[in-house]
Amino acid sequence: MNMIAETKLEPKQVQTMQNSFKMLGRNVTVHYGAKQALFDVNLAIRQNTVTALIGPSGCGKSTFLRCLNRMNDTIDNCRVGGEITLEGQDIYDPSIDVVELRARVGMVFQKPNPFPKSIYENVAYGPRIHGLARSKVDFDQIVETSLIKAGLWNEVKDRLHEAGTGLSGGQQQRLCIARAVAVSPEVILMDEPCSALDPIATAKVEELIHELRSNYTIVIVTHSMQQAARVSQRTAMFHLGQLVEENDTDKIFTNPDESRTQDYIMGRFG
Amino acid sequence: MASTHIYTAFDEELKYLARRISEMGGLAEQMVSEAVQALVNSDTALAQKVVSDDVVLDAAEREVGDKAIIIIARRQPVAADLREIIGSIRIASDLERVGDLGKNTAKRVIAVQESGVPRKLARGIEHLSELALMQLKEVLDVYANRSADKAQSIRDRDEEIDAMYTSIFRELLTYMMEDPRNITPCTHLLFCAKNIERIGDHATNIAETIYYMATGSQPEGERPKDDTANTVVVTKA
Ligand SMILES: Nc1ncnc2c1ncn2[C@@H]1O[C@H](COP(=O)(O)OP(=O)(O)O)[C@@H](O)[C@H]1O
Ligand SMILES: [Mg+2]
Repeated sequence: MNMIAETKLEPKQVQTMQNSFKMLGRNVTVHYGAKQALFDVNLAIRQNTVTALIGPSGCGKSTFLRCLNRMNDTIDNCRVGGEITLEGQDIYDPSIDVVELRARVGMVFQKPNPFPKSIYENVAYGPRIHGLARSKVDFDQIVETSLIKAGLWNEVKDRLHEAGTGLSGGQQQRLCIARAVAVSPEVILMDEPCSALDPIATAKVEELIHELRSNYTIVIVTHSMQQAARVSQRTAMFHLGQLVEENDTDKIFTNPDESRTQDYIMGRFG
Repeated sequence: MASTHIYTAFDEELKYLARRISEMGGLAEQMVSEAVQALVNSDTALAQKVVSDDVVLDAAEREVGDKAIIIIARRQPVAADLREIIGSIRIASDLERVGDLGKNTAKRVIAVQESGVPRKLARGIEHLSELALMQLKEVLDVYANRSADKAQSIRDRDEEIDAMYTSIFRELLTYMMEDPRNITPCTHLLFCAKNIERIGDHATNIAETIYYMATGSQPEGERPKDDTANTVVVTKA
């Protein structure tokens, strides 16, 4: 069961949960103008775990994901309520530096979006603006390890100075993952990262997600139930802006508690 | 199953599996009942029929397995759907074993026929088979409506059959000791009784599978066991 669905929590319990989970959303609400997109979502994101967000389109998966690194701030009429913490720290606190937050909580988008620059520059860009490296040697090192972590190094090491946009779709997406990894984030958010990829490129990205899990905390939005089942350890099911249930992926895909989850994953009419 | 799939063909495939299982259940029941009749009445023709029916049951089990594999490959079922399909494979396999036990009983009719079956023993085996068949029939009804509660109660009743089997076992040993010429037919009858007792176990397996299909968890508690035949010793008076 969702352990944080309990409405009445002692401050001490909240403190304990904030410390034991990587990120914690409490009573998160989101409005786009007058339209409410999320209703009191309580969801814990565990460290070194892949959490999949599933649910019919328009249910608020991307909206919730974007709350986790304040990407919603960039949307004009968007208002976020409730509380979201990263290692116990409120990320909506006025003292938070949003640029720094987005380095700690990186994001990979649905459509691969490399900058119109070389492969090398795509990866070196983040470390440069965050001042993570000075010398050429340091940059070379970061670019190489990031591309290795993204499983792309062997495919591009001989053409690092060619345009990133010249890669295949799957390679571009792994380049975007390398770019996210380059600034040493703690959490990586992915919004339908494979929806533009063919099955082989998808399998490579999924394998990569599996490997990244030991060093990062990953939250992935996917409309593919099979993908959620393959890559995640925890699954959160959203419907009409509400969190229906969150549980071990094994449990969700063999015997979910909620009939709305069951109907959705089995492809039934509710 | 209140709601239906968006893919109607998927619903049809699941219904097809369920129908084949029900048919297998009907045939398995009939085979066991006819095998026992053949035994009690020394009816070798009926025994032959049971042996040939087993081929049909074997083919049906393979067909359920093949169909299930195809559904899994094409639909990637999850949750209750996945349990339904895996459950079908298990139940088909239990029913196929029930058929084998019926066939094995039928094959022994010729060996037992020469000496005939003592009236009292025939009654005992008939009664044992009635209990096993009743359990099989009930479990097939429970399959038809997927009731977890009823599945649990069937499972709790297997001990009646086990107790009856133990008493037949004891009786057969006594006959054998009275007259060594009874040893051959009684040994065959012993296997027949054991076959029937095993049918009860398969019905219990099926009940457990249905419980799992309906709830996603295994039934509570140890399976009741009252088969004490493995410790029975009869000494000559
Ligand atoms: N920028 C936006 N402006 C207004 N409404 C939006 C915006 N983004 C999303 N929405 C609305 O919020 C709801 C949730 O959308 P979203 O989070 O994108 O769903 P999902 O990712 O689950 O498909 C939808 O009703 C959608 O129309
Ligand atoms: Mg979305």
